[in-house]
Amino acid sequence: MAGLDLVVQGGECFGLLGPNGAGKTTTIEILEGLTVPDSGEVEILGTPWREGAAGRALRERLGIQLQETQLADKLQVGEVLALFRSFYRQSHTVDEVLALVGLEEKRKARVVTLSGGQKQRLAVACALVSKPELLFLDEPTTGLDPQSRRQLWEIIRRFRADGGTVLLTTHYMEEAERLCDRVAIMDHGKIIAQGTPKELIASLGADHVVDFALTEGGIANDLVEVLRQMGGVSAVRTGPDGVSLTVVELHRALPALLALLQERGVELSLLTTHHASLDDVFVALTGRQLRDT
Amino acid sequence: MYQLALSRMREFYREPEAVFWVFGFPIVLAFALGLAFRNTGPGKLQVGVVAGIGDTALAATLDSSPRLIATVLDTATARQRLKTGRVALVVVPGDPVVYRYDSTRTESGLARLEVDEVLQRARGRKDLVAVRDDRAVAPGSRYIDFLIPGLLGMNLLGSGIWGVGFSVVQARQRKLLKRYMATPMRRSHYLLSFILSRLVFLIVEVVALVGFGWLLFGVAVRGSFASLGGITLLGSFAFAGLGLLVASRARTIEGVSGLMNLVMLPMWILSGTFFSYSRFPNAMIPFVKALPLTALNDALRAVMIDGAGVTTLGTPIAIVVAWGAVSFVVALKIFRWR
Repeated sequence: MAGLDLVVQGGECFGLLGPNGAGKTTTIEILEGLTVPDSGEVEILGTPWREGAAGRALRERLGIQLQETQLADKLQVGEVLALFRSFYRQSHTVDEVLALVGLEEKRKARVVTLSGGQKQRLAVACALVSKPELLFLDEPTTGLDPQSRRQLWEIIRRFRADGGTVLLTTHYMEEAERLCDRVAIMDHGKIIAQGTPKELIASLGADHVVDFALTEGGIANDLVEVLRQMGGVSAVRTGPDGVSLTVVELHRALPALLALLQERGVELSLLTTHHASLDDVFVALTGRQLRDT
Repeated sequence: MYQLALSRMREFYREPEAVFWVFGFPIVLAFALGLAFRNTGPGKLQVGVVAGIGDTALAATLDSSPRLIATVLDTATARQRLKTGRVALVVVPGDPVVYRYDSTRTESGLARLEVDEVLQRARGRKDLVAVRDDRAVAPGSRYIDFLIPGLLGMNLLGSGIWGVGFSVVQARQRKLLKRYMATPMRRSHYLLSFILSRLVFLIVEVVALVGFGWLLFGVAVRGSFASLGGITLLGSFAFAGLGLLVASRARTIEGVSGLMNLVMLPMWILSGTFFSYSRFPNAMIPFVKALPLTALNDALRAVMIDGAGVTTLGTPIAIVVAWGAVSFVVALKIFRWR
C-alpha cells in the first residue's frame, strides 16, 4: 500500500472499489483504527486515532462491519444485538435495530440458523446499533444473492437518508455506481482513479461500449487501425474474447461498423452494446477485466 | 461486562457436550473410583505354591489363614501367574523356603508379610506384644474422602482452562475479537467477563460434586461452607487467569489444545489428585507444592477433611492467588486481540 490520499465528506457515501487483493480491506481497517499504518496520518470525524479513552470515545460514534467476522453460532439474534448494544453509551434498542434491518421475526432464532443474507444483515445491525455517524462496511454484499443484496442497499440508503456517512468497499462496480456519491478505484495497493461515478465514466470520453467478436476468430491488425479512425470511436481494445470499442455516438458508429464488416466479408458471432460503466473504467485503466482478477 | 458474561454462559450451556465434561464427568469418575476403592476390609490375597516336597501341606497351612488363598502350581505356571499379577507371591518349598515376588507391588509386600506370619506361627512362633486391630471406616479417612476434594480441584482446573481457553481462541479464529476491538468495549472487561461467568458455573460445579459425595458416600465437609466457597472461588479465578494466559497468543484450536495439555497433565499427575504427592522424591516436593492445583487441593482437603479454617491456610491460598493474579496480568499484557 502506498500513497493513498482520501477525503470522505460528511453525509456522503464513499466507495473503495477494486479486485480482491487490491488493498481495500487493509485501507478500511487502517481507517477503522484496527491496523496501525507504517506511516501517514488518519483523521476520523476530525480526530486522529489514539489509544485508551480518546479512542473509545471515537469508537462510540462509529459503526463497523468487518468482512470475516463470524458471530457466535449458539446465541440468538436478539442476544447478539443486546451484547453489542451494551458496549455503547448511546444505542438503539434491540427492537429498533431489528426493524432497521428487517430481522424482526428472527429475534429468537439462533445465529447458526440464519441464511447468508440474514447473517450479513445481522452484522450490519451490529454496526448500526450504536447510532453511528459514520458507518464502515467491508464488502457487505459479497457472496449474497441478488435479493439479499438489494435488501442491504435499501438499509444503506435509509441510513444515509437520516444523515449518516458511509464508507464501503466492494468489488461490484455496479453496486458502487448505484450507492456511492464518490468512488476511489484501487489496484495493487494504489488508488488509480477517484471521483463521482459519472465523472469517472465521462473520463472514458464516451457513453457507450460496443463489444463484438467474429466467427473467423482473429482480427487483422489493419482492421483495428481502420476502427480507430472510424467516426465516433474513441478507443479500441482487443482481447481474447473479441474487440471492445468505446463509442461517443452510437447511432453513427454502429452502422459504420456493420458496413465495414460487410465490406470485408466477415461474420459476427457476437455484438452487444451497453452504457459505459465503472467496469469499463477499470478495464481502461488496468487493461484487465475486474472479474478476471 | 454483564452482557459479555451472560453471552459466555449462554454459549456454554447450549453446548451439551461441554456441560457433560464439566459437570457429569467428574461425578462419573468419583462414582467409579469410590466403588473400586470402597473399604470392605482387606481382601484375600492369591499366592502360589510351587510343586515340590511338602507342597500340599504348605498350601493347606497358608489356606488356613483367612486372608490367603493358596494354590499348588508347577514352576512355569507359577512364574507366568506371578508375571501377570494373578498371584501376589510364589512360595518355593524347601530349606530355606523361598518367597518370590515383586517388591514394588503393594499387595506382594502384604502377601510376603502374611505368608511369613502364617508359616512362622505354624512352626511355633509366639506373639510377644498384645495387639488389637482398629480399622478406619469412619468418614474422613477413607480413599473417597481423599478423592472428592482432589476431583473438585481437578475439575476447577479443567473447567477454568478449557472453558476459557477454547472460547478465547474460537473468538479469535472467527475474528470476533477483532470485531469487539472495533467497539468501545474495554479490553479488561472482556477478560474479566470470563472470570465472572466462571463464578456462576463454579457454584454449580461445587454443589454437584460435593453434594454427590455426601449423598452417595457420606463425604462430609468438616470445615465451614464459607471457607470451602471462598477457596473454590479463589481457585476458580486463578485457573480462569491461567486459561486466559494459555489462550493469550494461540491462533488455532489445535495449538491451544496442545498448550492446555502441557499445563494440565503435569498437575493432574503431580498435584495429588488421585494419590498423595508425598510419594514423589523429597527433592521434588517444593516444586510440586508451588503448583496451583497442589495448593488448592491441600487447602480443600484441609477444609473438608480436617475442618481447618481459612486463617490457617495462608500459604496455599497465597500460592493460588499469586498464580491467578500473575497469569491475569501477563495475559492482559501479551494478549493477541486480532
